[in-house]
Amino acid sequence: MSTPKATDLGGRALDFVMGIVEAPINGFERLMGRKRMPYLFLAPNLILFGIFTFLPIAIAVGYAFTGGTGLFVSERPFVGFDNFRQLLQCEDYFRPGSCRESLFWTAVWNTLWFVGFNVTATLLVALVTALILNRAMAARGFFRAMFFYPVLLSPVVIGLIWKWFLDRNGLLNAFLQMLGVPPEIFLLEVGWSRFFVVVVSVWFHMGFYTLILLAGLQAIPKDLYEAAAIDAASPRRTLLRITLPLLGPNLLVVLILLMIRSVQIFDEAWVLTNGGGPGTANSFIVQYIYQMAFGSDLRLFGLASAASVLMGLVLLALTLIQLRLGRKMES
Amino acid sequence: MSQGLSPIAFLTRTRRPGRIGVTDILSWAWLILGTLAVLIPVVWAGLSSFKPAAEITRFPPTLLPRVAVQQTVPGFDAPLSLWTVDVDGQRREMAMVRRIGLKAQMVDPSNPGPPVSVDVKTISPVQRLTIATENYTDPLTRFDFLTFLQNSVFVTFVATLLTLVVNALAAFALSKYRFRGEKAIFVLIISTLMIPLTVVMVPAYLVVVGVGLVDSLWGIIIPTVASPTGVFLLRQYMLTIPDELIEAARVDAASEFRIFWRIVLPLTAPALAVLAIFSVLWRWNDFLWPLIVLSSRENFTLQVGLNAFQGEFSVQWNYILAMTFLSLAPVTVVFLFLQKYITTGIAGTGMK
Repeated sequence: MSTPKATDLGGRALDFVMGIVEAPINGFERLMGRKRMPYLFLAPNLILFGIFTFLPIAIAVGYAFTGGTGLFVSERPFVGFDNFRQLLQCEDYFRPGSCRESLFWTAVWNTLWFVGFNVTATLLVALVTALILNRAMAARGFFRAMFFYPVLLSPVVIGLIWKWFLDRNGLLNAFLQMLGVPPEIFLLEVGWSRFFVVVVSVWFHMGFYTLILLAGLQAIPKDLYEAAAIDAASPRRTLLRITLPLLGPNLLVVLILLMIRSVQIFDEAWVLTNGGGPGTANSFIVQYIYQMAFGSDLRLFGLASAASVLMGLVLLALTLIQLRLGRKMES
Repeated sequence: MSQGLSPIAFLTRTRRPGRIGVTDILSWAWLILGTLAVLIPVVWAGLSSFKPAAEITRFPPTLLPRVAVQQTVPGFDAPLSLWTVDVDGQRREMAMVRRIGLKAQMVDPSNPGPPVSVDVKTISPVQRLTIATENYTDPLTRFDFLTFLQNSVFVTFVATLLTLVVNALAAFALSKYRFRGEKAIFVLIISTLMIPLTVVMVPAYLVVVGVGLVDSLWGIIIPTVASPTGVFLLRQYMLTIPDELIEAARVDAASEFRIFWRIVLPLTAPALAVLAIFSVLWRWNDFLWPLIVLSSRENFTLQVGLNAFQGEFSVQWNYILAMTFLSLAPVTVVFLFLQKYITTGIAGTGMK
């Protein structure tokens, strides 16, 4: 019987290690008393949050008001609102070319268009899928799992899989050729590449939102539907008077969450479009920040931080709306 | 328009047992088309990853990885390719000697006589199923993918272990004690959920440089260990553990840490499992933060390595797809086995 012995040995080794870990912690307890123990248990977490989350937030705002190429605040001259002025100086905001920082405004407009299309498409697809799955379908678990699978994949993997699917020699072109349509290099054409960035984003994330909406649908009391059936209400009436109003708060939360995440589009689009191409057709705000700060040797940390602060304000506004909605839902 | 055909009717009608309506057909069509849309790009990339370099760019592509069969024929130095030929109404396999315009000169490989001239339109290559394992072995041996893989495994394992310990300790303090500032600390931790990496990436990079962790695997492990979702998930679970258990242990003079280690942690196992699954997926798939922090090739994780590789070798799709599949495989296996935990975990916490 070697297996029980092995686990026994592992258990004893763990006990030994824990004995060593335990000694100073128990010492602290004897010295400071039981009442102070929660502070000790919280310490590792709070120290890490302090250094890697709260400190960066504190620096972020200050950073946006400095210039130069130095890394540390002490090496950077204070420039006031120069970075913001550079970002916001524009003759006509609808024509990025007329702006001092035309790349930024190209990214802003690209992001706005993306958010509009992506939020609409994802919400529609997720809602329809959730409504279908909410009917007592056979194999519901299988389909729910199937739609959810892409959510777990890495954005790099998704970018590459789709890049290959849309390749000149890829499956989509092979299919089109069967139908007699000439092949197209989708990712080198402005319109198609933008279209497929949205398609890939919907493909990637819709399973997540379907899951949230489905949970909301299943929380609607069944007797409401039974009552509607007794009254012989039409399906349209049932949907408009029962399902959608009761799903409403869920839909709003999903909508805001989708907006918050869509504004931050970067990873999969970066891989799929070879860094925002063709040209700057798919260059988004996060990509602009990344490129200003890390993409070249220029290291324009001040400008990148100023752009981060502007995006952060938009996200903060969306988050506050979400919190308010969440509180309304609870009450 | 009849009621059965309107989209709203289709979405809301409940199923009547024993009858299949238009609604059911449309529902099934949507679900099956959706499943195909999810599967086809993934399966296509998977099949392509087994194709040899020469085959992968063939257009129109074959579905399965195939390769043209070649054979050495006595009297010819180089191996000749085999083709199916119709000769006198008979199908035969012959080897092609050379091709001149629309004519091909073929010989019988087993009995090479003088070449016969045939129309190229009537012949088709003999192919056989192959699996190009070199797509997988080459990147791991000749390129740096073994290093990338090791880095990813190391980061995923260590970060998950630390995530569990650090957040379980914090959750224990926040669920089983009453102390000054308890509420404020909880709100502070949860509020960090609202700060996306994309907003603080520049100063976060500066901090990592400041503490000397830039371009090191620890630079992507340590900053991500403290997780607000982790604290929240574990705390909510620990709240359900009865306080009497802890009081009883205190009566037996157990130290507070021993109570955590021996009583609370084992009882939190289901929540720890959910957090572990998520932590593994986060770390394995993480891209933007490692992209910023890591600069030398020997420190790249699989995702950063894949991204760099596809930039440098954009034509070698056979290697890129094989490594894509290598990165996707563990996630798929985790999902197949733990699908239920993952979906209920997400539905319960709304996190990803």
